[in-house]
Amino acid sequence: MYQYDNYDQAMVDARVDEFRDQVKRRLAGELSEDHFRPLRLKNGLYLQLHAYMLRVAIPYGTLNSRQMRALGDIADKYDRGYGHFTTRQNIQYNWIKLDEAPDLLADLAAVEMHAIQTSGNCIRNTTADHFAGAAADELVDPRPYAELLRQWSTFHPEFDYLPRKFKVAIIGSETDRAAMKLHDIGIQLVKNDAGEIGCRFYVGGGMGRTPMIAPVIADFVPPLQMISYLEAALRVYNRYGRRDNKYKARIKILVHEIGADEYRRQVDAEFAHILTLGLEPPPAELERIKGYFANPGFEADLPDNVDLSDPDFALWVDQNVHAHKQPGYAIVTISLKPAGGIPGDASADQIRLMADLARDFALDELRVTHAQNIVLPHVKKADLYTVWQKLDAAGLANANLDLISDIIACPGLDYCSLANARSIPLAQKISERFADIGRQREIGELKLKISGCINACGHHHAGHIGILGVDRKGTENYQLLFGGSEAADTSLGTIIGPGFNEDGIVDAVEKATDVYLAQREDGERFLDTYRRIGVAPFKEAIYG
Amino acid sequence: MVDLVFADNVLRFRDDDVVSDPAVTVDAFVDAVSGQPNASAVRVEPGDDARALLPHLDRLALVEVNFPAYTDGRGYSAARILREHGYTGELRAVGDVLIDQLSHMRRCGFDAFVPALPISADAAAKAFATWPEVYQKTVDGRTPIWARRHPVA
Ligand code: SF4
Repeated sequence: MYQYDNYDQAMVDARVDEFRDQVKRRLAGELSEDHFRPLRLKNGLYLQLHAYMLRVAIPYGTLNSRQMRALGDIADKYDRGYGHFTTRQNIQYNWIKLDEAPDLLADLAAVEMHAIQTSGNCIRNTTADHFAGAAADELVDPRPYAELLRQWSTFHPEFDYLPRKFKVAIIGSETDRAAMKLHDIGIQLVKNDAGEIGCRFYVGGGMGRTPMIAPVIADFVPPLQMISYLEAALRVYNRYGRRDNKYKARIKILVHEIGADEYRRQVDAEFAHILTLGLEPPPAELERIKGYFANPGFEADLPDNVDLSDPDFALWVDQNVHAHKQPGYAIVTISLKPAGGIPGDASADQIRLMADLARDFALDELRVTHAQNIVLPHVKKADLYTVWQKLDAAGLANANLDLISDIIACPGLDYCSLANARSIPLAQKISERFADIGRQREIGELKLKISGCINACGHHHAGHIGILGVDRKGTENYQLLFGGSEAADTSLGTIIGPGFNEDGIVDAVEKATDVYLAQREDGERFLDTYRRIGVAPFKEAIYG
Repeated sequence: MVDLVFADNVLRFRDDDVVSDPAVTVDAFVDAVSGQPNASAVRVEPGDDARALLPHLDRLALVEVNFPAYTDGRGYSAARILREHGYTGELRAVGDVLIDQLSHMRRCGFDAFVPALPISADAAAKAFATWPEVYQKTVDGRTPIWARRHPVA
């Protein structure tokens, strides 16, 4: 894992000092809320319905046990004993006091963490494949590139007041576990016929009110020109992205309005100019960063078999454990989606327990997934049973990864001032309705995603089943979408018909799964059946 | 490097005389026929294309970049583009220029500031010193962290 040197540390320390001064000026009345808002937002501090919410950056979703433990301690010290892991691979605390926020940031800085650019119209915290460095199917480890990107984007002076927020995701496998094409920029590390690594740039994807799948803008940019290309792509956006309407200000609208070809032409011209300026960190810097991500201490010649005689354990292994590139190891995903629970929530004690497990059994690493779960990336197969027992004792052994109760839900009306409807109680109802794990497994992979309004923080467009909260004459109403996907076969869901109330939508989801079970052919997931048979049989069952 | 000075209501990192010529619009400046081709000062609005000035940099003594609202960041790109193409005259940020934006503006090549709400030279000096080091190479001549990590012998 990457470790700060004195330079990195000095940057986050300077940030804490700066923010402490800004809060002091705000509390003293020297700064108006209008002028303070963008400053606090750049430190991840939002004013929500009931309190301040602080969003902490977890760069590319990677952290060590010491950092995870600190996140648990912060939940106790500054919040009400909980943290909420988000679809941006970050963690949020929902009950923060303004005057304590600078101390919280100082506690973060002490473990090489920060809340820089987790909000505001700037380049946000970079996300990445949560199985990076572990996945059996990985072509290139994206983390060194993500770290290069983190440093480049941190306090970038030209791109701090963009038309709108800007999200970059990076992956290095064919399997897309980061919804890369639904970001402002998605970078896929690829290899050409000569075996050289390059960056394929997808630009102009996103969810929100106008969901779009990003087109390829550059097929192969040499990795040692990645920063220069980003400078060019961002500069064109900063200059020409729309600023007259915040709902049309994301880069996807620019790319859509001028067309991918014209956008590419402008970026290429800017890129040619920027290459003459020598802005790119030298090869030695990429090598330095790569050094931190080399072998984290794998042991060779470990046994590669797992004793599956305990049926509950076997179930969990089947559902939540993935193949590792290193023989004898496995990737464990800890589901934060218990039946009836709040998706992505973990108590301070659970967070500390996961930290301990990472330290003792996972070469000191954890990942946060955009599906709001936690990954222990490097667990010896021989330790799986022990890890499972410890998770089980803490209520963390839910064997429902990628099943219907592994729901992504935004904070919704319980916390968010923009919401039309509640997301969390609905997620709780659905996961309770389908609590029987046997039934869930029978239904198989089904990604259900809930947003409390059209801003789509719950990625409802990308759900096999998506649910969108709307306001219908002053009451909460839910629309149902089918057919979205955020994986390599990215697609956007479509609304199937009139909306429902809270109980109605749970029934509708259940009926949809019944249709699927009745109609599916061998090996088909819900999504595949829907794509094959179309919406009509579902509509008939649901509205019929 | 020249120290920050406060002269004629302008916060500056320059020791030449403050340019007091009236700034004309970009359109007027580049239009040699009906415009004012002899002007030496021009004012760039957010929607203007700073690249239109590139053929004329040698006869410019002052470029004012207006920030009608601090949230509109187009002026940062305009400034950098001018500097990247060799402009060495005064580059002045005017308008809704707040203390918390000063250091980024300086990094993008601005060397003069006329905030609509005045900022004291002391407070500005503190703001310019916010970041002990920087991650990016821009046009301000500062050595980025990556270059410090790998000094060229
Ligand atoms: S989708 Fe809407 S309700 Fe949900 S968190 Fe985003 S803005 Fe709030």
